[in-house]
Amino acid sequence: MAPSFLFSQFMGGLTTAMFLFLIASGLSLVFGVMRVINFAHGSFYMLGAYLAWQGVQWLHPTGAGFWAATLFAAAGVGVLGAVVERLFFRSLYGREELYQLLFTYALVLILGDAAKFLWGTGQLSVSTPPALAGSVQIFGTTQPIYSLFIIAIGPAIAFAGWLVLNRTGVGRMVRAAQMDREMLDALGANVGTLYTGMFVFSAFLAGLSGALVTPIQSIVPGMDVLIIVQAFIVVVIGGMGSFWGTFWGSVIYGEVLSFGILIFPGFSLFSVFALMAVILIVRPWGLFGRPL
Amino acid sequence: MTTTALPATLRRGLVARRVPWTLVVFLVLATVPWVASRYDAFLAEQIVIDALFAVSLNLLLGTTGLVSFGHVAYFGVGAYVCGILMKTYGVPFSLAFPAAGLGTAVFALISGYFCVRLIKLYFAMLTLAFSQIVWAICYKWNDVTGGDQGLPEIPYPDLAWMDHVPGLSALGIGDRFYLLTLVLVAVSLAVLHRVVRSPFGRMLTTIRDNPERAAFIGVNVRAYQLAAFVAAGTFAGFAGALYGIFSRGVFADYVLWSKSAEVMIMTILGGMGFFWGPPVGAAALVWLNQAITSYTEYWPFVLGTILLVLLFALPGGIVGGIVGLWTRARGRRGA
Repeated sequence: MAPSFLFSQFMGGLTTAMFLFLIASGLSLVFGVMRVINFAHGSFYMLGAYLAWQGVQWLHPTGAGFWAATLFAAAGVGVLGAVVERLFFRSLYGREELYQLLFTYALVLILGDAAKFLWGTGQLSVSTPPALAGSVQIFGTTQPIYSLFIIAIGPAIAFAGWLVLNRTGVGRMVRAAQMDREMLDALGANVGTLYTGMFVFSAFLAGLSGALVTPIQSIVPGMDVLIIVQAFIVVVIGGMGSFWGTFWGSVIYGEVLSFGILIFPGFSLFSVFALMAVILIVRPWGLFGRPL
Repeated sequence: MTTTALPATLRRGLVARRVPWTLVVFLVLATVPWVASRYDAFLAEQIVIDALFAVSLNLLLGTTGLVSFGHVAYFGVGAYVCGILMKTYGVPFSLAFPAAGLGTAVFALISGYFCVRLIKLYFAMLTLAFSQIVWAICYKWNDVTGGDQGLPEIPYPDLAWMDHVPGLSALGIGDRFYLLTLVLVAVSLAVLHRVVRSPFGRMLTTIRDNPERAAFIGVNVRAYQLAAFVAAGTFAGFAGALYGIFSRGVFADYVLWSKSAEVMIMTILGGMGFFWGPPVGAAALVWLNQAITSYTEYWPFVLGTILLVLLFALPGGIVGGIVGLWTRARGRRGA
């Protein structure tokens, strides 16, 4: 196989990976702090995409308002996250995980239909912002600039997240909550506010990634369920609740999928699920996670 | 036993209890081919099969306290094994049906061996992962499973012998298969009921309530959990085998993870604290589904709302709610 072909396959995998990292980091964060698998994370992502489309329609149908629309979408989903956490989720802390899982699943059903009701079942699309349109030649391959932008934004968010977690007071609280929330509560920290903040931030990230995907993927009903399965695999591989685990989990997932297609066509789906099962069997807490 | 010595309220309870409700329900369901329309018979068959599927899940969820988010995998394996044997290899139902149970049991034993070693959320995740693997295989292995086209036109079992049974000879093959399904499900439910009420079942409940204490008194917790997992998987496989024939085909959609959630909702809707809760939930959900989808396409929205009400207002499900009201009413009368 030609090196340029392998390179372009690698870049394709990396784009998927960094994009998934944006989504999965929010899922992992909520799991790490609250011990909840939020199935509705994919729905937040889908709503981000629809809201971005709506924002672009309102602001500037030609596509120049993309960045404002992205911010609008992320903020809108963040607000929804706050409402969900304050009104419902709050009363489920401390109940069996079955109820928490089913609650987030109820959100998946309700938000999925709400999106169908508001925006219909057709495909919607948003054009690439003019500054990032076009493509460049690297090693004899054609790379869309927007993909390079996504690849760059992944590590940027990862670095920002690392800074916040390790160099700020909020980050210290989050790490403490991951280790022992009762103790943190007993020490007088406001765990309730911290939880709301985490949930809102995670929803914000989901909305942001939903908005950012619109130039490369069309917006359709069902994108919520598709993405949650992928994000879920990523965090299981990397380690639920582990920040760097999610980063490397995304890279592994993206590249296994990208190269798996070459090795066993048609079975790349199977290979990622099998990888996930093997990791759960050998190291349930993931490659970079800590046992609960 | 002299019931006359008991207070009036308690005696009323005993009278209600002496009615063999399960037999009554069975007999009512058995009259469906003669008294109901073909469409109602279709709904009844769906309910009967879903009831078995939901009860099998409840052996894990309610009895053993294991939250399986991939129970549909076993339903799917049963459906595919039975469907492939009957359609591709022309094996008669009397062999294909037990083979489906056996195949599912083997798969449940292998996957369950790994699953029960994990606790709580990790258990749920691994069951989900296995069900996704099954789905990926069913969806992609074109030569065997038909891939995304599935296996349409699974033949009905040969039920010509019913010609010789008085009263049944006039029934069409659909109604005959309904009766066969009803009998097989009734036998399966009777077996599961025995299992739950047996010392083995009591031990499962002990493990659910306090696994550490159960281990402390010398119980091999994982072995019991694995046994429950295999039993639950096997009966889900039987339900799947019947469903494949009933719906005239086996498709990869049957193994989607949303189906695991759906059967879980049935179980909780009926009440997972009661053996007969899941069948009630299955009946309620199937009936609601057909009633609501005739008005609106937004069935998932309604289902999500039902789920919210259940989680926040009625955690005991329908049966739990009725039992609660019944005890309250009796308590008030007694006071």
